[in-house]
Parts: sequence; structure tokens; C-alpha cells
Amino acid sequence: MTNSPQPEPAALLHIDWTRCDGRGLCTELLPELLARDEWGYPLARTGSAAGSAAERSDIAIPPALRGAAADAVALCPRQALKLTSR
Amino acid sequence: MDAALWAFGRGTGVVSLVALTVTVLLGILTRSGRPLPGLPRFSITLVHRNVALVACAFVVLHVVLLFFDSFAQLTVLDFVVPFFGSFLPFWQGLGTVAVDLLIAIIVTALLRNRLGLRTFRVVHWLTYALWPIALAHAIGNGTDGTSVWFLWLAGLSTLAVLAAVAWRVSARFVEFRSVRTGQLS
Ligand code: SF4
Repeated sequence: MTNSPQPEPAALLHIDWTRCDGRGLCTELLPELLARDEWGYPLARTGSAAGSAAERSDIAIPPALRGAAADAVALCPRQALKLTSR
Repeated sequence: MDAALWAFGRGTGVVSLVALTVTVLLGILTRSGRPLPGLPRFSITLVHRNVALVACAFVVLHVVLLFFDSFAQLTVLDFVVPFFGSFLPFWQGLGTVAVDLLIAIIVTALLRNRLGLRTFRVVHWLTYALWPIALAHAIGNGTDGTSVWFLWLAGLSTLAVLAAVAWRVSARFVEFRSVRTGQLS
């Protein structure tokens, strides 16, 4: 990712932490956006490690990754993911 | 014609059982959250689902083919209500029970994202009843049920499923379990 100005992202991937069990499907489907923390839970690559709770729970999805994000929503074994638009 | 129907009825039954066994093993692997070499987690989930659907297709063939078989003498009732069959009613009834369970499990699995996790999970656990019931039906009802090759197949399948279940209930089953519970390595 570059720092060039981007249009406002159309979609947000919301992670419900009360449901997520860190099974790692979303991090496989969206490796560009999500890493795994040391306990296996998804961690947004954007933003600082000490990013706000909102940054960690609502990940901006660029249009090119929309399909992968939809797959992650459908396949998350804990139904912890939701795609919302801003 | 009857001989052909009977042969296909048997064959599709055996394929169903093998596919169900593979599905159970893949389902347990899915739950562990672990990938296989060359097969990421989301692929394992999808293969688990697809093999389950293949198993269903063969179960449908198995039931429909035997419906037209004059020896099995299935009625429409036997598709859903167990233990009223004319040929080995107990063992055939187990097959009907397995079909009922399979329908419930597949429907709730396909509607998982609408039904919510709890319903899905409770019904999905019925798989642990479905698999041995289907196996018992195969052994008790099947023409080949007590032939040597089939008993080998049944024995190896049972070993594989028991090993997977033993792994399932072991402490190290879930990935990251040790870091999450604060143990070292
Ligand atoms: S797929 Fe779902 S349960 Fe797994 S890490 Fe992502 S959000 Fe959590």
C-alpha cells in the first residue's frame, strides 16, 4: 500500500470480538489487511499497534478485496464478521 | 434390471459411507483451526462442505435406486419414518434414522449464517450419532455388510474416526491453545 490519496473506502469489515475465536480464516483470505497476533486473533495491518479500538474492529476494505472480504464473512466459523458500508 | 439396481444400491451405499467418513475427519480438522500442508483453512472448510454434499448426493441415489428395487420393497414412508420396512426393518430403520439426521444436519449447515451459531452447532453435533448409525446400517443391512473387504473398510474407518475424536477431545486440539492458556510451547 502506498500513501497516495485514496478515495474514501466503500466498505468496512467489522470484527465482533465477543464471537471471534481466532481461527484464522479471515487472515488467510485477507492477508493484505490482516495479520495474526500471537494468540491467533486477526490484527489489522493498517494503523499503529496501539491503534484505536475502532481501527482494530472496523477494517477498511478497498474495492479490489471486497470479494475476499465477502468470502471471509461467509466462511468465518464463528460468524464474527460483518461487511458494512460507510 | 433388478440385479443392476441392487448392485448400484449397494455401491452407492458404500460410497456414501466413505464420503461421510471423510467428511467427519475433515470436519474435525476444520474445528481444530489448523491448515494442512498445501491446504489453507478456508479450503479445508470448503472441501469439508463439498465432500458432505457429495455424500448426500450418493445417499439420495442409494435411497432412490433401492426404492425401485423389488427386493428392498421400500415405501415412501420408509424414507423418513424408521423401522416399518419389510426387509430387515431394524437395520433398514437405522438407515432411515441416518437419512433424517443427515437432512437436519445439511439443512442447518447450509443455512448456518441465517440460523445463528447455536442452532447450527447443536444440530451439527448430531453427526457424532449419524456416523455410527450409518455404519451400523451398512453392516447390518448391507449385502456386503459382513464380507471381509467391507469389514476391513468399516474397521479402518472406525479407527480413523476414533483417532480423530480422541484428538478432538485432547488438550492440544485447538491451534494456539498453549499460548492462550499461558503454557510454554
Ligand atoms: S475467521 Fe472469524 S473467528 Fe476466525 S479469526 Fe477471523 S473473525 Fe475470528
